[in-house]
Amino acid sequence: MIKSAQHFLNRHVKTRAALLLSLPLGWMIVIYLGALFALFLTSIWKIDTFTSDVIREFTLENFTDVFTDRAYFNVSIRTLMVAISVTLICAVIAIPMAFYMARIAKPSNRPILVALVLTPLWASYLVKVYAWRTMFYPESGFLQWLISPVGGKSPGFGMVAVIIGLTYLWLPYMVLPIYAGMEKLPNSVVDASADLGAKPGRTFREVVMPITWPTIIAGSVFTFSLSMGDYITVQILGGTFQMLGNVVYQNFSLNLPFAAAVSLIPVIIMMIYLAGIRKTGALDNL
Amino acid sequence: MRLSRTAKITLRTVMFAGFTFIYLPLVLVVINSFNKNKSFAWPPTGFTTEWWTRAAENVGIREAITRSALVALFATAIALVLGSLAAAAIARYDFFGRDSISLLFVLPIALPGIVTGIALNNVFTNFFGKLTFFTIVIGHATFCIVVVFNNVAARYRRIGSNLQEASMDLGADRITTFRLVTFPLIRNALIAGGLLAFGLSFDEIIVTTFTAGAGQTTLPIWIFQNLFRPNQAPIVNVVAAALVVISIIPIYLSQRLTQEKE
Amino acid sequence: MRVTNLRKLAALVAAGTLVLVGCSSSEESGSGAYEGPLQDTPGTINVLAWPGYAEDGTNDPNVDWVTPFEEATGCTVNVKTYGTSDEAVQLMQGGGYDVISASGDASLRLIYGGDLQPVNLDLIPNYADIFDNLKDRPWNTVDGKNYGVPHGRGANVLQYTMGKVNPEPTSWSVVWEPNSPAKGKVTAYDSAIYIADAAVYLMATKPELGITDPYALDQDQFDAAMALLEQQKPLIAEYWSDYTKYIGAVQSGSITVGTSWQVIANVLNGEKATVGAVKPQEGATGWSDTWMISSKTEAIDCAYKWLNHIITPSVNAQAAEYFGEAPANSKACALTANPDHCSLYHAEETDYWSNVYYWKTPTEDCLDGRTDVKCVPYSEWVKAWSSFRNK
Repeated sequence: MIKSAQHFLNRHVKTRAALLLSLPLGWMIVIYLGALFALFLTSIWKIDTFTSDVIREFTLENFTDVFTDRAYFNVSIRTLMVAISVTLICAVIAIPMAFYMARIAKPSNRPILVALVLTPLWASYLVKVYAWRTMFYPESGFLQWLISPVGGKSPGFGMVAVIIGLTYLWLPYMVLPIYAGMEKLPNSVVDASADLGAKPGRTFREVVMPITWPTIIAGSVFTFSLSMGDYITVQILGGTFQMLGNVVYQNFSLNLPFAAAVSLIPVIIMMIYLAGIRKTGALDNL
Repeated sequence: MRLSRTAKITLRTVMFAGFTFIYLPLVLVVINSFNKNKSFAWPPTGFTTEWWTRAAENVGIREAITRSALVALFATAIALVLGSLAAAAIARYDFFGRDSISLLFVLPIALPGIVTGIALNNVFTNFFGKLTFFTIVIGHATFCIVVVFNNVAARYRRIGSNLQEASMDLGADRITTFRLVTFPLIRNALIAGGLLAFGLSFDEIIVTTFTAGAGQTTLPIWIFQNLFRPNQAPIVNVVAAALVVISIIPIYLSQRLTQEKE
Repeated sequence: MRVTNLRKLAALVAAGTLVLVGCSSSEESGSGAYEGPLQDTPGTINVLAWPGYAEDGTNDPNVDWVTPFEEATGCTVNVKTYGTSDEAVQLMQGGGYDVISASGDASLRLIYGGDLQPVNLDLIPNYADIFDNLKDRPWNTVDGKNYGVPHGRGANVLQYTMGKVNPEPTSWSVVWEPNSPAKGKVTAYDSAIYIADAAVYLMATKPELGITDPYALDQDQFDAAMALLEQQKPLIAEYWSDYTKYIGAVQSGSITVGTSWQVIANVLNGEKATVGAVKPQEGATGWSDTWMISSKTEAIDCAYKWLNHIITPSVNAQAAEYFGEAPANSKACALTANPDHCSLYHAEETDYWSNVYYWKTPTEDCLDGRTDVKCVPYSEWVKAWSSFRNK
């Protein structure tokens, strides 16, 4: 019986693929896509103004509220700006670090360096953000203590603090894919470039970067999406500054249809971003 | 690659600055776990090990750690099975819609966690009536699958299908081939993916907030509840410091494993 | 089975999900109250409480009226605190909680939403000693049915760090006016219900608006309140809803003045006096809280026992004193550690409460009785607040 099943599978390649996929795909479709679908469906429904229960009557008012109120346009732009800033700063820090780790550090040291980059991921997200909060305190914080001798002032809570905090949190997610990509780069290619007379700077710009570019994009998927949806870091470091995640969080219990409509914004942005980077092959490097 | 001295020095400085940036807050956390002053003003006012003893005696922490570990174990187990199945299908077969399905398996991490959280919360509270331990596991497993999938798919792509084909040409059936050829090859990716999934689940707060039932306190939830409390915040620092120290070894080992080239 | 068929299957499953979602309906609450008598069945109750209401020793080992209850009844109690009534409603609606200490702006929403059950007061002997003017109030009694027992009441106070705000404030103007001496270090409550605080200030400063009830605002009055909040925004360091985060911010100096609860001031003054807390001359919003039972609880006996326990004179006295509010049980006044507690918190007066406006949920039918205009309902408050916070 098993033998004939095996023969059948040997001949029908696509059946093998389908069988392998059935369980995981089933999970993703029923649980994940199903839940997302149910959520976005509520965005066309109303709520009872008193009890906040969802009423299944069609309305477009949630979308008109989101798109006609200037405040939501502003918060979307601010969130995008934060996500882009965080991604850029992470990239600027991560590329040299990954390069050093992958190509200059001794091969025996590499696991240690990578472990050192990964270890902070195990310190609780909340504790790390809270540590930054204490550092940003305007009067008694670490940063104030550090830079007041030179006349500086802690930036306090706000957009700057949020960007610094998010950069800190997601930096390992940017370093690792880039490191993996740079490590895989064959020495022969780099040596060939040098043999052909290119100075190290040029080799880096014209040989290393183009090949590792997809890994940088892969890292950016993490930093971008994690920043787009974050609300906890914003609550802790942001002062009165708010991002899209906060809007969703504030409204999801009292006005789920509205929160669903708002949450479509980061989802659509991310889908556009993902579709755009498919061609770069970044998705294979996550 | 031969670099000039200035280039090497610059890169070393950047490395040093980068690691300082990464570890500065963690050092502060460790220092504050010994800080007499509960409000973490800087500089610290005195040294005490009181927080460490209180943390060791605290029942709430132990329950929270146990619960988090259980959730992570269940979620990682589900993720290992489903993630590697999906990776095998996507990385080794070509079929219509493969790219879209591959994209689907990235979505739980690519889309904001709060959206996943409220979507699952909506479904769980309307269908199951309430949130439980298993609703947390379901939420975690969904993004853990992504992590395992990525690692194992990358591994499958690197090893190709030659070895499996050779094994079957030599007469081994599918099950034996998997057991003796494929599995040893992907084992390290499974371990790396599993460790990463476990770590992600252990520290996850956003989706957990929306899927955890009334008494289900995972470690991040416990931390969130106690983070700002004047009497408890130092203990939270102790927990974080301990986690960092404990996790260095498995992380290092997992890195050594994935280093192996053949 | 070709893979393309999988996509059809996916579509079917999605459609199936839609059908299921369409078919599920919210449960209706039970029709009558529990008849009793109370059994000694052990059970676990998940309690949703305002901070300071159900202390179990984790904040301060000496402050604990939960463990004695657990020991006496064999019921296990898990306490979860929340920061705003909106959070409370959300948690209750999510399920799994048995008992809640609801303020007036949450209670009716939960009752009409079917999340609470009527309470059989015969099973709660301590109810007899509750102050008469707290019994059968509109926020906890609907159609003659009681839905809970009162816990205590208080005003949202103006708190200021001593020495940092000069002169010591006696008016809310220090948080509303642009020339405030504490500019950049003010805090405000992070909930739509705070719009009522703006209305309270307008009652005193702009009487021409004609506001008589800060929860009954027609569109013009509402717009004026929102304008006042816009005016306040540059003064604000952070909006607060987590009281422990508030405490840390005051201790670090990033906040020096703002609306607060007495329990926060009490904790800050625990080791030495650092803040003052007053009810300013314009009056204040406040709350009168009720302990209520979920319609879906599985530990009904423990829930009733908790309600009876928490309004026992000695326990009510402890809770009222720790938090800093007027107790609900008239016999608690004789048992407070500070004999002046009840007079300090005006538990037995009525004058003090004449300009304390208890939290309640604004509705389209004006709560002040006006029938010639429509008032702004709470769902619009929430929308306006969300828009305001994100401008």
